[in-house]
Amino acid sequence: MKSLLAFFNRRSSAPVARERLQILLAHERTLTGKTDLVAILKEEILAVIAKHIAVESDKVQVKLDRQDSISTLEIDIQMPSQGPRPAAAR
Amino acid sequence: MARVVVVTSGKGGVGKTTTTAAIGAALAQGGQKVVVVDFDVGLRNLDLIMGAERRVVFDLVNVVQGDAKLAQALVRDKRIETLSLLPASQTRDKDALSAEGVSRVIEELKEKFDWVICDSPAGIEKGAQLAMLHADTAVVVTNPEVSSVRDSDRIIGLLDSKTIRATKGEKVEKHLLITRYDLGRATRGEMLKTEDVIEILSIPLLGIIPESEEVLRASNLGSPVTLSNPDSAPARAYFDAVRRLKGETVAMSVPGEKKGLFGRLFGRRVA
Repeated sequence: MKSLLAFFNRRSSAPVARERLQILLAHERTLTGKTDLVAILKEEILAVIAKHIAVESDKVQVKLDRQDSISTLEIDIQMPSQGPRPAAAR
Repeated sequence: MARVVVVTSGKGGVGKTTTTAAIGAALAQGGQKVVVVDFDVGLRNLDLIMGAERRVVFDLVNVVQGDAKLAQALVRDKRIETLSLLPASQTRDKDALSAEGVSRVIEELKEKFDWVICDSPAGIEKGAQLAMLHADTAVVVTNPEVSSVRDSDRIIGLLDSKTIRATKGEKVEKHLLITRYDLGRATRGEMLKTEDVIEILSIPLLGIIPESEEVLRASNLGSPVTLSNPDSAPARAYFDAVRRLKGETVAMSVPGEKKGLFGRLFGRRVA
């Protein structure tokens, strides 16, 4: 039964291709001629944070998810703990 | 008035050169005066597909740079009197072409021929942009496959911004040509359907060229497929596409192979 299901699922990959293309191209068309807004935001946000705290690059995680109508930008920064232990952070 | 057509795709290997040769030959077989121009400087192949590789003396770069006259560089087809080839250079790099030089050559070709068919190199860089620069009409060659469709979308964007027509506020007439189509696989949901590709790219359909062994056979022989086997499925699809290019209304279908009894018995086995 399971293999029968897998057999039928395997067959129609075209609708997946179609949906992936529609999402991708909707995004790519908005940025032809323009620079990528999400990418600019990422860089500027990181620059602002770097101005105030010394952030190590491996402590920053950037996740980007582009969907049909919305994109999400997730920036996760591990900030060194502030307070009376500046030497300990090193 | 001569019409300049660019055959383009962004992605490589989808059938631009095959299409240029087939469309050029089909138009010339109908009595039109046609020149096919290879813009793939450094990687020319149209000469090979046309079976004219041994008769190339001068090339597009020589003419653009003024080292040869256009008439010296044009290679007349041996089978169809009204068909000529302007080959690309094999040794130079793509920077050997200038926009001014290309404009001069295209103007001169437009005086001599009814159709100037430009075979674009792959990519979206200078070579591809020079090939489309003077186009009145574009044939966007696309395989029913995600990377090809994505690249075609980019090329459509360039046609709307980087051509002379676009900068003058005019439109380049864009046509979608789907190649390597497998009706069976599309019906079974294994391949993007024609309607999917049309909907995604939103340009009108010029034709559907079925996947066929005749295309490789034609290239082996150095003959456009419309000449090597005019009755084959891809050839008939190209003839239909050419009629649409000339403005005729032709019902859209995917031509199938005409198989004899032997073919019907054993044809499927090989694939």
